[in-house]
Amino acid sequence: MDASTWAPSRARPSWLARLFDNRIFLICICLFPAAGLLLAFLTYPLGLGIWLAFTDTQIGRNGHWIGLENFQYLITDRVFITAVWNTMFYTAVATVIKFALGLWLALLLNEHIPFKSVLRAIILLPYIVPTVLSAIAFWWIYDPQFSIISYVLVNVLHWRDTYVDFLGTPWAARWSLIAANVWRGIPFVAITLLAGLQTISPSLYEAALLDGATGWQKFRYITSPLLMPILAIVMTFSVLFTFTDFQLVYAITRGGPINSTHLMATLAFQRAIPGAQLGEGSAIAVAMIPFLIFATLFSYFALSRRKWQQGSDND
Amino acid sequence: MDHFTRRDAFKIGAGGIGAVAVGGMLGSRPAQAAIPIADVAPLKQPIEAGATLRVIRPTKFVDPDETVWNENTAKFQKETGVAVRTDFVGWEDIRAQVAVAARTGAGPDVVAGWANDPHLYTDKILDMTELATYLGKKYGGWGPLPQIYGKKFGTENWVSIPMGCGGGAMVYRKSWVNAAGYATMPDDLTKFLDLCRKLKAAGHPPGFALGNAVGDGNGTATWLLWAHGAAAVDEQNKVIINSKETIAALKYGAELYKTFIPGTLSWLDPSNNKAFIAEEISLTQNGVSIYFAAKNDPKTKHIADDIEHSRMPGAIDGRAPESANTLNAMVFKHTKYPNAAKEYLRFMMEAPQYDVWLTQCLGYWAHPLLAFDQSDCWKQDPKIIAYRDAQKMTYWDGYKGPIGAAAASVSAEYVLVQMLASVCAGQNTPEDAAKEAERRLTRIYRRS
Repeated sequence: MDASTWAPSRARPSWLARLFDNRIFLICICLFPAAGLLLAFLTYPLGLGIWLAFTDTQIGRNGHWIGLENFQYLITDRVFITAVWNTMFYTAVATVIKFALGLWLALLLNEHIPFKSVLRAIILLPYIVPTVLSAIAFWWIYDPQFSIISYVLVNVLHWRDTYVDFLGTPWAARWSLIAANVWRGIPFVAITLLAGLQTISPSLYEAALLDGATGWQKFRYITSPLLMPILAIVMTFSVLFTFTDFQLVYAITRGGPINSTHLMATLAFQRAIPGAQLGEGSAIAVAMIPFLIFATLFSYFALSRRKWQQGSDND
Repeated sequence: MDHFTRRDAFKIGAGGIGAVAVGGMLGSRPAQAAIPIADVAPLKQPIEAGATLRVIRPTKFVDPDETVWNENTAKFQKETGVAVRTDFVGWEDIRAQVAVAARTGAGPDVVAGWANDPHLYTDKILDMTELATYLGKKYGGWGPLPQIYGKKFGTENWVSIPMGCGGGAMVYRKSWVNAAGYATMPDDLTKFLDLCRKLKAAGHPPGFALGNAVGDGNGTATWLLWAHGAAAVDEQNKVIINSKETIAALKYGAELYKTFIPGTLSWLDPSNNKAFIAEEISLTQNGVSIYFAAKNDPKTKHIADDIEHSRMPGAIDGRAPESANTLNAMVFKHTKYPNAAKEYLRFMMEAPQYDVWLTQCLGYWAHPLLAFDQSDCWKQDPKIIAYRDAQKMTYWDGYKGPIGAAAASVSAEYVLVQMLASVCAGQNTPEDAAKEAERRLTRIYRRS
């Protein structure tokens, strides 16, 4: 064989090899598993839920398209209105308290205190315990007959004559549930904000020290603006978690007394699964979506504006 | 009414062990010795060759419920060669599983489910008239409640085989009731209210669950309604809750509530058990679990000795205002081995098997067939006689309407509990509460 017969091109690659060289095909095939999972386990159930909300489906029976009838009924349903109101109240109050206490705790933990890492681990405990377990613990703490708080107040300190009825009236029950939610939610806020605090460069505080800034001024002009981006993220998550809370309420009150502590999530479950009214339950769940989108947009955009982060004169 | 709760199951754990020991002794002699059995020609149900069965039923709350069930099933397998697999399913999950099986035509062949379930799928399950007639003739007839739950409404056609009835009777402290001036539990509602007032004055208040408790909360609400002649719906499932009888029941309930221990508005299913065992309350409505929990713990033996049971007060024309949580077995048409499935149910209901189950579960599932009134189960402890008669109750879930899915939704959404509790809490007038319940009931019943 001499050089003149040598063909400078290699053999044409097989169709399979060519296919895998195709950029578009590769993108499609690489995206397929992720997209498939999302479609099968997120898009399909969400779409099905939305579709069910416009039908009168019951468990074990096919439904018919009834348009907005479920929603029309719900806006006249006292229990549903109470649930919507409860959800907003619960989310707003619990989030504010969680943030106030969580930020305070994070600031404390950021100081140089003895046994810092042990303390930080302990702080995380409420968040690590499975929600249902802490719910059962609170169920005992709030028990009308066997509450440890009542026992201490009545039998040890003699401050009261009767046991506290934590869950017996709508308002007492709402505040009790908020307390339980706050107890459970603080660690998440505190630990994430602590992480945010530790990213703030100490040199800024040193400079402030040289300028003779007070503690409040350091917090106002260094800590809070630099913490704002992470605050926005944590706030968004916290609002979402609180808004969709289910386990605490379901384990402690089942939505009682007098169906007055239902959140939208617990009411949706109660009507759809034990109550077998799949259509109506889905409608309640779907009714949460606008609230969730609004809450997310609000906390995200309101808090992550550059103005807030860097002072009003730096747009 | 599931008056048993998960917590009770823990409490009764110790009792379960004791029960196994007792049962072991009973098993050594012919168990059906005391059961009067009529001579009835055996059914002709030739078992198909190579038959296998899959059975689902609710999980146990007393240990022998599962062990004896499995022993009886193994015995059936040994005698007939039919391989049977039983799956024990969570109480809340079984309804959904039955729905899936009915819709897909696959899954279990036999379901021992809740009372309403067979009536939702009458076109998907086998007719049980022959088997039910055979069992009825052989064992002294079916009690009124199993007849209601077993037959298609308004006909003599059996759609299912009721297997056991868990009743909810009045549980009370005899010495405290006596001290209040009553020798026995009064059946008259006025006297009962008077008794409750005296008990409260004596520092031993009564307590009935008014919170969102599936079994006990609904039990309290339906008791008061039925005792006043009220009902959620009429025979055609037309909602009739907004009636003067309901108003009377709610007014009575509000008066009675004033005598309760504080906190009953938030009570869940285990709450009355806990309060009774802690000697905080003098009377409540419950399954047999309080008594056995007290009896099996030496520390609470004195409570058990003082416990008496009775029917709930307020019988109208001799009908006690109670129902019972009924285990109701059906066979799906999609089974490949219908005869084997029916034979299995027959076998489980026959005295040599059934009496062991009944006795070792200490009457947790009271018998539906009247001959078992004579079972040793009810002779071993006279205090549980009230639970023996669960099958003689004549009220059902969704009374007076045909049995269906809507009644289960009403219980699951606590519609009647909310009506009663809102009046007790002073949040609603009886008239408004009844109107609100009417609205919700009308919606739930709109397509049934």
